Amino acid sequence: SSGDEALRDKRARILSRGLPKQKPIEGVKQVVVVASGKGGVGKSTTADILTITFLFLTQTKEVGLLDADIYGPSIPKMMNLKGNPELTPKNLMRPLKNYGIACMSMGFLIEETAPVVWRGLMVMSAVEKLLRQVDWGQLDYLVIDMPPGTGDVQLSVSQNIPIAGAVIVSTPQDVALLDARKGAEMFRKVHVPVLGLVQNMSVFQCPKCKHETHIFGADGVRDLAKTLGLDILGDIPLHVNIRETCDSGQPVVISQPQSDAAKAYLKIAMEIVRRLPVAPA
Amino acid sequence: TLAERTNLAGVRHILLVLSGKGGVGKSTISTELALALRSAGKRVGILDVDLCGPSIPRMLRVQDSAVHQCDSGWVPVFVGQDKAIALMSIGFLLERPDDAVVWRGPKKNALIKQFVTDVAWGDLDFLIVDTPPGTSDEHISTVEALRPYQLLGAILVTTPQ
Repeated sequence: SSGDEALRDKRARILSRGLPKQKPIEGVKQVVVVASGKGGVGKSTTADILTITFLFLTQTKEVGLLDADIYGPSIPKMMNLKGNPELTPKNLMRPLKNYGIACMSMGFLIEETAPVVWRGLMVMSAVEKLLRQVDWGQLDYLVIDMPPGTGDVQLSVSQNIPIAGAVIVSTPQDVALLDARKGAEMFRKVHVPVLGLVQNMSVFQCPKCKHETHIFGADGVRDLAKTLGLDILGDIPLHVNIRETCDSGQPVVISQPQSDAAKAYLKIAMEIVRRLPVAPA
Repeated sequence: TLAERTNLAGVRHILLVLSGKGGVGKSTISTELALALRSAGKRVGILDVDLCGPSIPRMLRVQDSAVHQCDSGWVPVFVGQDKAIALMSIGFLLERPDDAVVWRGPKKNALIKQFVTDVAWGDLDFLIVDTPPGTSDEHISTVEALRPYQLLGAILVTTPQ
């Protein structure tokens, strides 16, 4: 009834008064978050490589990569970047650049081996700084690499800035899918559109005999996508090159652009850009 | 002492399973370790403090089990071939096992404290604590809550990457 609806609206308005207001980051046109729920399924690798791949697509001019994994920042290593960020005259941190990508990570602010043993409140404050106290400049896309889980960081990011879309990465393994599903539900709760799922580590091909093994199961992500009514943005094989090149800071799309792995990432990047076309200047 | 009169009084050794990195096999190893210790005749319990991604109930096929109350608190779910391994996980407290737990730190801390003090573990040789990735609220709260007890130590799981 209209009386109930009015009550619900009033309740929602009162509840939202305590929440931070969403404010876009100046100069950043669209934010894409890469998340998973499950750890170790390839979020950082995928976020890293997709960001570089965005630059290959002709309409994209400037991209940034924010590593929001405060506890385990992988981006510095993957992008072969080190060092403390400089400060601009306005006291903003200047992102470090490699392969044309502007990067910011907790990893630039602490020693490589230093653990970050922080409670949620401090993490929220760190994420705010990494979002707002960085001189991002004009970006067509800002890709945010999220940590695993469905907690403080994910909530802080989605409550703080408008997000154009989320990409959920998973392997076909049951326990990974469980968490991917929770990740999707979390985005639904905070009203962030899910662009689709990426099926990572989908298949392993023996370098000697070329026999294919589905180490983490086959098609689990496709089935989950169907259940949740989401698209599959693409499949990425489990290939030693992807890991090796990331570990050495020369992601596969740069060092081996003709490989199957690179082509898989390019396809996914194109799917994302198709859903979130570059906004006009 | 307080430690003597609580639900963890009968637990001889507490073992944390940590990693920092996600997806390296903490839950798998916690489960296999518990089963192996049980085969060796030990009394074992598993405490799953991964609130966002509790994998252990599904690994042991008990994701649809419910938890009951007794005088001293929650009764753990008993798993394994002889149903002798005690397991507690947030997975058992959710309305549907696949529901997302999107909580901030303070709420997680409160539940972890309860898991440590309000589960009727009984007499165990080993309590294995499976943690989520990272070094955050869950880890800080778990260690703080376990401080009065016989914390055996932690094992670190990693892959060569």
